[in-house]
Amino acid sequence: MPKLKLPNPIPDQLRPRPQRPGEGNGRKSTKDVVIESGRDAGISVVDWVDERTSLSGAARWTMFRKVPKGTNWFYTLGSATMFAFLSQAVTGVFLAMYYDPSPTRAYESTRHITNEVFLGEFVRGMHKWGATVMMVLIFLHMGRTFFFGAYKYPRELNWVVGVVLLVLTMIMSLTGYLLPFDQRSFWATIVADNINGTGPFLGPYLADFLRAGPEFGATTLARFYSIHMLLVPGAIAALIGVHLYLVAKLGTTAPPWVKAEEPEQLRTEKV
Amino acid sequence: MADRRKEKSPYTEDRNIPGAFEGETVTRRRLMVGSVHAFGAMATAAIGLPALGFALGPVFERQRARWEDVGTPEDFVDFTYRPKVITVESGAGEVGKTTVYVRKHNEEVDGPVKDSYDDFVAISTRCMHLGCPVRYIDASQRFVCPCHGGVYDFVGKVSGGPPVRPLDRFYTRVRRGRLEIGPRYSVNSELRRFSPRDAGQPLDGIGQYLYPRRFTTPELD
Ligand code: HEM
Ligand code: FES
Repeated sequence: MPKLKLPNPIPDQLRPRPQRPGEGNGRKSTKDVVIESGRDAGISVVDWVDERTSLSGAARWTMFRKVPKGTNWFYTLGSATMFAFLSQAVTGVFLAMYYDPSPTRAYESTRHITNEVFLGEFVRGMHKWGATVMMVLIFLHMGRTFFFGAYKYPRELNWVVGVVLLVLTMIMSLTGYLLPFDQRSFWATIVADNINGTGPFLGPYLADFLRAGPEFGATTLARFYSIHMLLVPGAIAALIGVHLYLVAKLGTTAPPWVKAEEPEQLRTEKV
Repeated sequence: MADRRKEKSPYTEDRNIPGAFEGETVTRRRLMVGSVHAFGAMATAAIGLPALGFALGPVFERQRARWEDVGTPEDFVDFTYRPKVITVESGAGEVGKTTVYVRKHNEEVDGPVKDSYDDFVAISTRCMHLGCPVRYIDASQRFVCPCHGGVYDFVGKVSGGPPVRPLDRFYTRVRRGRLEIGPRYSVNSELRRFSPRDAGQPLDGIGQYLYPRRFTTPELD
């Protein structure tokens, strides 16, 4: 088999020219010295950190895993969900620079972001549509793990962590919906709160907790905002860590249509 | 077996633990481990409990009854409602306001006056399905909800759609010649009064026990 020719990773101009006989009398040109020490500096910084942290081992443990035969595009849905979450986190942080969670200012500040802030409409749009994208992706990912039987032993715990992530993502959707504070946000939140209130025995108190009182009041919005931007994203980030640790630890499942290969020895013995 | 148990004397001295004191039953190691755990638990509680109480506080806070002037008693009639806007939450701007429909007590439809809070009927606009704002349509003498088609009759009883109980009401009273609207209360399908519940919580039969009175319920003064 002919060896594949890999593309040249360093442009020719940057490659040190081989020295011609008699050139430099064994000494290197300044340019070569600069290139070489630049490369060495990078390596020694990485070495310096690795010597003190042993991070390269952890990186190798997570990145260079054995992957079963038949792994396909459906296995990227989990990472896609994670990137949707990261996109929400980043755009959310920047929206928070202009958003004002007070009942008299929230609507106005959202309008300001959309109509006046440079790229405001774009960043808000990313956050708003990204929320839907994340919901769609998380369900597709859940469907993938379900139909591939990836929830079975020994991955039950990862399924459970996934369910918690799903619920937390839904809490994000619910609490985020109030923040623009227009008529739709407001009445949708009233309805959602009353749905929470219909749980027997504890429901009425849960509704009071969410509203911070018996009526939708001055602090309800702030409460939803803090749940939306601090409490739940933190929990999601931590649980994604657990989720991925378990994926790296247990490995991913092979697709159900891939049969285990019989060892060579058994095959010959059967004949 | 019995012998083994005898071997384990409660005294560290008997168990040949180096540095044991006479009469000592707990080793220093166990004492240190125990106290580190105890202090850790105390530190966690010192941070966690106030934060939890801070977030849960409003659930246990009794509200004060507020009475709001909506005009003179002569402004209202007993055959139709007049909308009035009152504030139910201060400091929340527009959001803290709500519309109430007010009319005089009408013996023909309401029966005899129950008490001094019953001379006027003030109907809440919160739909008792899930809380959307209902509107009174004079031509049909019905309250209609825009969300899922809930319909209520002239006294606020459910005449169609998903709502689980009649529209809530507000206490009313006349003070110094002015009509005042007070705290909200809920009613079951016979218009018996209950402490205010949220929308979606039925009050007939078992409902009144499934959805108990809340700590935030204000006291009438
Ligand atoms: C914030 C949401 C989530 C993120 C960021 C996430 C991320 C990931 C990633 C990156 C993987 C490895 C690659 C792959 O198989 O796609 C994975 C695997 C897995 N996820 Fe999720 N996930 C999330 C939610 C869920 C949910 C809702 C469930 C199910 C209830 C779930 C169950 C699983 C299971 C069982 C595996 C193991 C798959 C296997 O071993 O083949 N995850 N997740
Ligand atoms: S909220 Fe009025 S019918 Fe649903």
